[in-house]
Amino acid sequence: MNGVSGVYCPDLDHLQLKPGFMAKKNQETGHTAVGQTNGTAPASAYDSIDHLIDLAPIEDNDHRELGLSDEAVCDMYRNMMLQRRFEERAAQAYGRQRIGGFLHLYNGQEAISAAVRHVLRIGEDQVITAYRDHGLGLALGMTPNGCMAELFGRIDGYSRGKGGSMHFFDKKNGMCGGHGIVGGQIPLGAGIAFGLKYKGTDNVCLAFMGDGAAQQGAVHEAANLAGLYDLPVVFIVENNIYGMGTAVDRSSATLELYKRGEAYGMHCGLINGMDVLQVYKQLKQHVEWARKGEPSFVEIRTYRYRGHSMSDPQKYRTKEEMENRQNQDPIIRLKLYLENKGLATPEEIDAWDEEINQVALESVNFAENSPFPPVETMWEDVYVQQDYPFIN
Amino acid sequence: MAVLQLREALRAAMWEEMERDPNVFLIGEEVAEYNGAYKVSQGMLDHFGAKRVIDSPISEAGFSGLGVGAAMMGLRPIIEFMTWNFSMVAADQILSNAARIRYMSGGQYSIPIVFRGPNGSAGQLGATHSNSFEFFYANVPGLKVVSISNPDDAKGLLKSAIRDEDPVLFMESEVMYGMKGEVSDHPDYLIPIGKARVGREGKHVTIVTWNKAYWTVMAAAEELAKMGYEAEVIDLRTIRPMDIPTVLQSVRKTNRCVVVDESNPLASIASEVAYRIQAEGFDHLDAPVLRVTNKDVPAPYAKNLIELWVPTVDEIVKACKAVMYAN
Ligand SMILES: Cc1ncc(C[n+]2csc(CCOP(=O)(O)OP(=O)(O)O)c2C)c(N)n1
Ligand SMILES: [Mg+2]
Repeated sequence: MNGVSGVYCPDLDHLQLKPGFMAKKNQETGHTAVGQTNGTAPASAYDSIDHLIDLAPIEDNDHRELGLSDEAVCDMYRNMMLQRRFEERAAQAYGRQRIGGFLHLYNGQEAISAAVRHVLRIGEDQVITAYRDHGLGLALGMTPNGCMAELFGRIDGYSRGKGGSMHFFDKKNGMCGGHGIVGGQIPLGAGIAFGLKYKGTDNVCLAFMGDGAAQQGAVHEAANLAGLYDLPVVFIVENNIYGMGTAVDRSSATLELYKRGEAYGMHCGLINGMDVLQVYKQLKQHVEWARKGEPSFVEIRTYRYRGHSMSDPQKYRTKEEMENRQNQDPIIRLKLYLENKGLATPEEIDAWDEEINQVALESVNFAENSPFPPVETMWEDVYVQQDYPFIN
Repeated sequence: MAVLQLREALRAAMWEEMERDPNVFLIGEEVAEYNGAYKVSQGMLDHFGAKRVIDSPISEAGFSGLGVGAAMMGLRPIIEFMTWNFSMVAADQILSNAARIRYMSGGQYSIPIVFRGPNGSAGQLGATHSNSFEFFYANVPGLKVVSISNPDDAKGLLKSAIRDEDPVLFMESEVMYGMKGEVSDHPDYLIPIGKARVGREGKHVTIVTWNKAYWTVMAAAEELAKMGYEAEVIDLRTIRPMDIPTVLQSVRKTNRCVVVDESNPLASIASEVAYRIQAEGFDHLDAPVLRVTNKDVPAPYAKNLIELWVPTVDEIVKACKAVMYAN
């Protein structure tokens, strides 16, 4: 067990959070609440999420001081761009009905996965997440072609067309899935960490969930187990403010989700998810703790630009709110950083962008040309046994 | 009579019952401000207010158990699951608590609760989002299970479910919410729970089904008619209690039966229907009872596979021809 002394919780005052971090339900009980900040109350809670959830501060980071090479930061940029372009192509293909079912896009959250790509020892450390899984998959090294073919439900997809968008798995790169039952993957995250520890490795597991998922009972049970058994796991809430149409102040009794780690004797962390270097810096510390058997509960504040899935009219937020967050876009931010630090010229960056655009386009081509899974594959992969006696 | 979409029929049932009884309330994910993930509860927050139309966090075990507790205090909760797949997170609350508290308390407590939401497959939703749960819950004494196929039944049966003194699990379908049909507007339009409906009369073969598979069966019946065979189609509507007398009455006429069940075959509702027919109507059978079910594997994502995963018109036609020894 980690003693309470081992618990690290960022001090709220230090973060200079504006009032408004209490959940909306407390409005009735008189707490300073959403819409009551500084006498400039917005007409509705949705006028501005700044009144709802404040981003944690971004420090003046220098990648070399963080131990990142020039090439690593350039790679972060290219990977974020790949995620963005890949998903734009996926959205188009969905419009052309090449992709069916649910398609949950990660646009806006890419700084998180791109940081993970450099924090982890890819292939040894493990990642598990929910259905919004394309970004993490591409960050861990899944190929755009294999991913797009999976979205198309074709035989060359990572799951041979059986999983689709919500279920990206790639054992080789430690991608333990894309999971569809909200919160259901989090106990698995604890179990993966248990397995890594049991085998005597110092590898770790990052277990991702949304702000909505953080309200599931399974999450709390898993966190307690991790605290109790000192598991090498970092639980990460990607707080993008909404679970479908429900803003987090309407789903959570308190808004400091990261503080839940305190209850389970683990490190807590609050991270601004709009800056890849900041995510890298803080996440690295949590991963180092995890390698020593000290789990963490981390909240990364971020934003999704798209609807929840493809059929979401998004009436729960305003255009201004969206523009506000898009103005802090992590990709644009890093691009400016690269230019300012002289790591790449605008021309070089344009050339990368064009190359990445081609890669994304090619993935669509690849998926179009991949065959549908043959009918007999429906009975494969249920059991290891090849001639299992299925009932007709 | 009014022509309503199935979602509107469900809404009308909840609306009328909430007007009638202040103890009825609705809770679930996105039911209030978002007006329902599938717009079933559209306008209900505005009309009834936040005390009675309540958005819940994604905490199925929590709000299902909350509903059971509230029912112990005399309320009549309607719990909406965004889909029945997510009820698995709350299964303990339904199986151990909702179903058994009347019994364990020696009849002191009633649990007049409705759990409702869409059930079964709805396209390329993959292995975790495509399942039917009639077989799972119908196995449990203390629960009633309703699974509807059209707007009129949706309204009449949901009203009965809300007024029922025991837990009723009410299963709909995403792909049927937009379906239109004539619906009674009588304020006490109550279809009794436990009564099947003959959806199509015929003399050559009986097909038993429910929920959206009913429409696949009706399409198959049209195909059979073109070949000169008249199928009698029975929509069970209620799975527990099950209206076996209506099934037997039809089988006595046709002497042949196929059950079409959109779930996995082992220990399914189809198995139960077939068992009851052979036990109680053996002498009337001219052929074994056959069933058409989902393929005995998890739901695949790929379009070409999921289309074959569920019972198809071709399979139903083939099974009917087999029990009629036709070729
Ligand atoms: C147990 C369960 N309940 C409900 C759903 C339906 N559902 C899918 S995603 C979602 C919202 C989740 O929001 P969040 O955890 O914040 O993740 P985000 O979509 O923002 O990434 C809901 C309610 C589900 N898949 N599983
Ligand atoms: Mg969210």
